[in-house]
This record gives sequence, C-alpha cells and structure tokens, in this order.
Amino acid sequence: MSQLIVISCYLLLLIGLGLVARAVSRGSAADFFLAERSIGPFFLLMSLFGTTMTAFALVGSTGKSFSNGIGVYGLMASISCIIHPAVFFIIGIKVWSLGKKNGYMTQIQFFRDRLESNHIGIILFPILVGLLIPYLLIGVMASGTIVNVVTSGAFPDSGFLAQYDGGVPPFVGSAVICAVVLFYIFFGGMRGAAWANAFQTIVFMVIAIFAFNIISDKLGGMAKASENVLAHNPTKFKRSVDAQDIATYETKHGAWITAGQINYLRTQLTSQQKDAAHAGFSGPKKGPWIPKSEAIYIKKEGLLAALRSADHAIALAMYKEKRIDVRGKSSKMFQNQLTDPDPEKRWTHRKAEGIYKAKFFEPLEPHGIQLWEFLTYLFIPLSVAMFPHLFQHWLTAKTAKSFRLSVIAHPICIMIVWVPCVLIGAWATSAIIIDGPRAGSFLVSEFINPNAVLPFMILQLTSGVVGGLMAAGILAAIMSSLDSQFLCLSNIFTNDIFLHYNKKKNYTDHQKVMIGRIFVIGVVLVTYLFSLAEPRSVFTLGIWCFSGFGALSPIVFAAIYWPKLTRSGTYAGVLATTACWLIMFWKSDFAAQKDYMIHITGTIEIMPVAVMFAVCVVSMVVVSLATKPPTKETLLKFFPEEKIK
Amino acid sequence: MLNKVIAGIMLGVLLVLHHDFWNWDNTALIFGYMPVGLAYHAAISIAAAGIGAWCCFLCWPKELSEESEETQA
Repeated sequence: MSQLIVISCYLLLLIGLGLVARAVSRGSAADFFLAERSIGPFFLLMSLFGTTMTAFALVGSTGKSFSNGIGVYGLMASISCIIHPAVFFIIGIKVWSLGKKNGYMTQIQFFRDRLESNHIGIILFPILVGLLIPYLLIGVMASGTIVNVVTSGAFPDSGFLAQYDGGVPPFVGSAVICAVVLFYIFFGGMRGAAWANAFQTIVFMVIAIFAFNIISDKLGGMAKASENVLAHNPTKFKRSVDAQDIATYETKHGAWITAGQINYLRTQLTSQQKDAAHAGFSGPKKGPWIPKSEAIYIKKEGLLAALRSADHAIALAMYKEKRIDVRGKSSKMFQNQLTDPDPEKRWTHRKAEGIYKAKFFEPLEPHGIQLWEFLTYLFIPLSVAMFPHLFQHWLTAKTAKSFRLSVIAHPICIMIVWVPCVLIGAWATSAIIIDGPRAGSFLVSEFINPNAVLPFMILQLTSGVVGGLMAAGILAAIMSSLDSQFLCLSNIFTNDIFLHYNKKKNYTDHQKVMIGRIFVIGVVLVTYLFSLAEPRSVFTLGIWCFSGFGALSPIVFAAIYWPKLTRSGTYAGVLATTACWLIMFWKSDFAAQKDYMIHITGTIEIMPVAVMFAVCVVSMVVVSLATKPPTKETLLKFFPEEKIK
Repeated sequence: MLNKVIAGIMLGVLLVLHHDFWNWDNTALIFGYMPVGLAYHAAISIAAAGIGAWCCFLCWPKELSEESEETQA
C-alpha cells in the first residue's frame, strides 16, 4: 500500500507543476506549442534527454540486458552517445535557427517551405503519426504494467482485484498516467512539458543510481552479483555465447524433449497400462501422483526408446500447446496456492505463471550479439534527426547557445542511467535467494517478461516507500516522453492539418490554443483506447518505429545541407523508404519474427534499417538530380548565396 | 576550419573504436564487478562528451548565433 501512496503523491506533484505552468503561461499559440522559444540550456538538456529516454531507458535497458547481456549498452546506448549529440549539433542548431528566422512551429511546415510543396504534409503526416503511435503505446502500456507489478498485494482481500494480484489493474494504471500527463500539458502546454520533463528527468536519474545501490547491496554486493553471473550465465557478460551456457541449454532442452515425449505417451497408454502404472507406484498417493506414476512406468517399460520419429514431432507439437492460455492453465494447476486463506502464503498469478512456464516451456536458447548487427545498429539512433517531437523541442530553445549543454552532457546522462540498469539486468539472470524457504534458487525466472525485470527486482528486494520511489522514477522516465509525443501530435493536427486547410477563417491565438487542447485530449484518448486492445507485439514494433524514423533521416540532412534536394526527390525518398519498410515488415511476419535480419552473404546479416536507409539515400539523390530544384528565392531562405550557385 | 576537420576525424575514430570486436569474448571484470565490455563502452560515452565539448568551444557555428541575435533584435 505504501508504494501506492508514494506513486499517488508523485502524480499529485506533477499536477501541481501543471497548475504553476498554467499560471505563468501567456495563453498564446506560440507559448502553448513552443513555450515562446524561451527554453534555456538546462531545461533544453532535460527535455531532449527525457524525451529520448523512453520506457526503453529504465525498463527496456534492464530487460534487454536480462535477455541479451551487457552488450546492449554498446548496441543501443554508447552508439546513441555518439550519434545523438552529433545530430543535435549538426541538425538541431540549424533547425532552430531556420525555425526562428522563418517562424516554423512544426517539422512539416519546415519541409513545406523548403520544398515549395504545399501538400508534402499529406504524405508525411500519416507516416510520422503512424510511426509515432506504436511508440506512444509502448509508454502507455508499460506504465500500466509497472503500476500493477509494484502495487501488487496492496489490496490482498478484494475479489475483483485478485486477478490482478491485488494490485492496481494495468488499464487503470495506464488511464491515471495518461490523465496526469494530459492535465499538465493541457494547462501548461510546452512550458508545462518542459518543466515536468526537467523534474522527471532528475527524478529518474537519481532513482536509477539509488536503485542500483540498493539492489546491488541486496544481492550481496556488486562483486558478488557479478561473480554469480560469471558462474551461472557468463554469456550475459560478453557478446558471444559461452560454451558453458550452450552445455546447460542442451541439458535442459534434452530434459524438456523427454518431458514432452512422456506427456504424449501418457495419452497413448491403454487402461491396463495405466492400472499397472498406478498399482506399481510406491510413493505417497497424494498431489500429482498419477502423472508421476505413469511417467515412471513409461521410463521403466522402455516406451520412450520405442517412440517413432513421426510421433516424436507430434509429441513436441502437443507439448508446445502448453503455451496457450497460460493464465487459465496455471490458475487451474495452482488453484490451492492461489486461494490460500493466509495472505502471506498465497501465491500471486505472476508467480503461478512463472512456475508453470518454468515447468512446461521450451528452454530459451542463449544468444549473443552478432558483429554485423552491432555495426548496422548505428542507423537506429539517427532516428532522433527525424522525430517530430524532438524537432519541436529544438524549436523551443532560447538561443543557439542553449544547445551547448545538451551536446556535451547528453552522453553523460545516458551513461548515468544505462550503466546501472544494464548491470541490474545482467545480475538479475543469476541473482540467488539468500534466505527463506527458496534459499539457493534463482530469484528471477528466465521466462519472465523482460520488461518486468526491473519492477520485479524492486518489488522483491525493496519494500514500502523505497519501492514506491523507484516505481515513481520509472514512471517519470515514461511520462517525460509521453508528454512531448502527445503535445507534438496535437501540434501536427492543429497546425499542419486543421489550420493549414482552414485558412479562410482567421483564428485568434486563444482559439488556436483551444484547438490544440482539444486535439491533445483526442490524441490521449485514442492512444489509451488502442492500448486496451493490448497489441501483443507492440514492444517489438518499437524497433520498427525507430527504423522508420532512422531511415528517413537523410531527408532532413539533405534539406538543410544540400540545395539540390527537390520536392520530387523528397517524395521519391519518402515513398521508396515507406515501401521498403512495408515489405520488410511483411517479411518479418508483421514483427512476429523478433530477430528479423536481412541476409547478405554467408554469415553476414544486417539490420533492416541499413537497407531502408540506403534505399532512401539512392532514391532521393537520383530523383533530385533529375528534377528541377526549388527557386532561388526559396533557397536563399535556407542557404547562403555562395552555396546556391 | 582545422578544428572542424579534427572534430570530424575524432568522430570517425570514435565510431570505429565503438565496434570493439576485440572485446567480444572478454568477461574480465574491472574494479571487481564491471565487465570490461561495459566499462569500455562507458568510456566511449565519456569520449563522446569530450568531442561534444570540442565542437561547442572550438567549432561553434558563430554565424548562427549572430543571425539569431539579429532576428531577436
């Protein structure tokens, strides 16, 4: 319950911040969407960092490290440390300068002007919004999951909440988080978002360090936690797969196949064989003694060796059906434990599902990181060049010098947050319970949802107020991205669609702000409703969103530094990239193949984003060179005269 | 101009150093708890901040600052 109280207090603080931002707001459209271009160095750093560090930063980094090991820092974080500040310096400052000079409020306005294309928005709008929505959904869904995991047990004896382990249901958690974010951006606009971002970014950075200290202490110290990883899961501390982990996997996989075969053979036993199995069982006849006795009989009579190869395939297919309806099957199997009258002894559904999965699911094959995957991942962080919400943040800067702190400190901020989270994720794979009835066993099941590793560790290793503070830190990371994305979508709808195609009417500044607010409500509501559908692969979709934005980044580079870029070249680049994205997305079974890569030759496989990026560059350059550039008058707005000649 | 060239070279070198295939199988621990593959990339992050500082203090686009100040005025 104390976790819930701490989280509630934190959310109330944010609401207060929104009210203060409202009090100082000037009520103009420029203030609502761009904070009157008045954001200084510190707030800009916090906004840019808070916005780029989504749910992926705390929850995702820990989860990815849990699944893939410490190599994820190099794969995702240190490459972002190089690329992000470079983009801020090369693109961000220039965009800010052009935005200030020409009065842009959105990315589409910039492209419309630069390319002399009134309707570029019609193409860019659905693509940008389509890529941003799944990204938003990740945050909304993750927030619900975190609130549920951390508050589980808060209402131990409530009937309805029992199915949510006595915690706040995820759909309620998501709704509350959306409502709080909506509140402070509705009243405070971009200024409220910038203040909340600064506050929340500080909170989640402090909490990341705090969580690291507490968790490492509970695991017996940093050295002990790392020794456990080297002893039990050495693959997690490098990027190739360790021979020890392969041997462990093969043993576990062999046992899983045998269990599947026994499961099948039990269905084939005649009633006489079953009677013989039950009669010959020498142990106590209670609990699951019937399947045990039949398994012993099957082994004793040598039925396993007699299994035909055709039946072998059927046996495994049947066993894999155990993956369907895990909640229902685990609830039935552990009904007594789930309904234990003693709240201390009562199992949670999460625990029952974890034990069920450990018993029946196929062991996970250890996998490292491929060199070419590592090489071509560098195209992913280029997405910051094309994110519409970052574009909007750049436009809020007070002066060009406001960018300096972001360029220098952004990589350090990434390091401060990611290094502890990545270590916690790797340690979680080998964390051993020190005392109690389960002493000596692993704390975290290998089948846990990787995104639940950090909240689970917090719940298991901390208590009360500390757990609540840590959960607030994770929610801070999520909300600091959600606010910018919600506001950006509202900005695009208001300025690029509604106002652009309703030019006949002269809207007052107050009316524009009201339209923006109505769109904010609409965007939040639609995103929340989408999240209720719980699209299963939304976390995998995240990487596809980043890939799309990363692949389109050459367009923004060219628009700023290449006067020969034409409207047709841009259309060609955008459409070719979109087509390429759609084909690859289809080939990956709509993101169902989580490790989908493009096979080049031999063992070389590259990230799909590398191919999309190349397609974008080639189509954009070839078509631009073959078509007429914009007029000199337009180009002079963007380039010095000597560059146009 | 020389400072910009140096910044470009440093950025290129850092990108090459980022792909540390020599650490692929290394599980050695630094300070007794930090795997070398993680410590190395934390150092890459610090180096990226250093290049950022170089760019901000030695390659700053002064024309943009002046332009924006004129617009403000």
